Amino acid sequence: MVPQFAPPLDVTFGDNCLTRNEWICGKYYETRSEELQTALVQHVETVLASVLLGLVIAIPLALLARRYRTLEGIVVGATTAIYTIPSLALFSLLVPYTGFGLRTVVIGLGLYSLTILVRAILDGLAAVPADVRESARGMGYGPARMLWRVEVPLALPAFMSGLRVATVSAVALTTVGSILDYGGLGDLIIEDSTFKAQVLAGSVLCVALAVALDVVLVVLQRLLTPWARAGRRTKAVVG
Amino acid sequence: MNGVLDWFGDSANWHGPDGVPVLLGQHLLLTFASVLIALVVGLPLALWLGHRHRGGLLVINLTNIGRAVPIIALLSLFSLTVLGTGTLGPFGRAGLATLVTLALFALPPIVTGAYTAVVGVDGDVVEAARGMGMGEVAVLRRVELPLAAPLIISGIRLAVVQVWATATIAALVSGPGLGNIITYGYANNQTAIVVSGSLIVAVSALVLEVTFLVLAKVVDPGRRSGA
Repeated sequence: MVPQFAPPLDVTFGDNCLTRNEWICGKYYETRSEELQTALVQHVETVLASVLLGLVIAIPLALLARRYRTLEGIVVGATTAIYTIPSLALFSLLVPYTGFGLRTVVIGLGLYSLTILVRAILDGLAAVPADVRESARGMGYGPARMLWRVEVPLALPAFMSGLRVATVSAVALTTVGSILDYGGLGDLIIEDSTFKAQVLAGSVLCVALAVALDVVLVVLQRLLTPWARAGRRTKAVVG
Repeated sequence: MNGVLDWFGDSANWHGPDGVPVLLGQHLLLTFASVLIALVVGLPLALWLGHRHRGGLLVINLTNIGRAVPIIALLSLFSLTVLGTGTLGPFGRAGLATLVTLALFALPPIVTGAYTAVVGVDGDVVEAARGMGMGEVAVLRRVELPLAAPLIISGIRLAVVQVWATATIAALVSGPGLGNIITYGYANNQTAIVVSGSLIVAVSALVLEVTFLVLAKVVDPGRRSGA
């Protein structure tokens, strides 16, 4: 091997935890905090954009599927088929149309979250007891008011758990975007797979992000469904 | 997209050590070896926990953790440890790390499937079996296991399909298999190769899924699995 004389940062000279390639290295966090922050922000943006995209498509799709029963099989079948395609292949198939970068990753991840969200919405709406619907109808609720005041609140727990699954999965799958140089924290992991401090930092931050977003959604669910805390005895029957 | 057709038409891509059949074979071997490891480790544990109606929290957490940890992260971490040193037969560079990582990703669906299947067996049936003087092992083997079989199998199916997809991503770090066509295409700026490789990966995943669904119907025509 030819010795490399490229001018490195001064931290790579001398004996320190970076040159020794240690797992935990304070100097790494000192010198690369900006890089870490950029990657983290990119990761969060990608996840939020893709889940939002998934929601925007999933909600009308699920409502249509519920209204027209013949559509339900097609919608569920198509989204399941998308889910079966490995992420690396899905991203890559989009590249000729959407190019490298943010768009491809967000569309790819959005398609995956679509599968989970459509199912969650349909399951949630299906779990609304028939007699509750009947009573609402008897009280003169029209279809729109029924949806907003009766069905949406009752479907919320199933929907929120679907949203949690979709979000946490998106955090993990964003790393695959590093093949397109747009993988957030995944880029740090792939950039140099022998750099222990960086691989560990990227991995730990990624899992921490997933946990943090999950906690946020759990809190949100509690706030949205205050009645659930009071009525823990009425456990939903899981089919 | 002529490049894609050319790639598929080029016989050089279908022969030799980097040909599609060899990579497909590697991918199959890798997938089934890791699922097998996960089965040996996870199935007995899940069955016993289900039988005792214990450890539900553990099972749920296993699934949540499996979802939150990116394959790239785990594989990169393992590759930097003892597991990543040297090659392992057909599993290539850092073969042991790849195998262990994929086995870990196969665990949650297998364990969850088997656990919920056994827990869900009608309590009256189990009670009746005990009343007839069956021991715990006999109850598990002769009553719970046959009743839980369809759900256990659907958990294994899920594991195979997931590991098949995850093994593709493993090519980003190390490891053999079909993902290498895609990473090779990116490394050489050949979009046609990237798309060709992706088509092969996507179609093979769909074929695998459909094969399992058909198999499940043939084996157990009376029941339609919901999962």
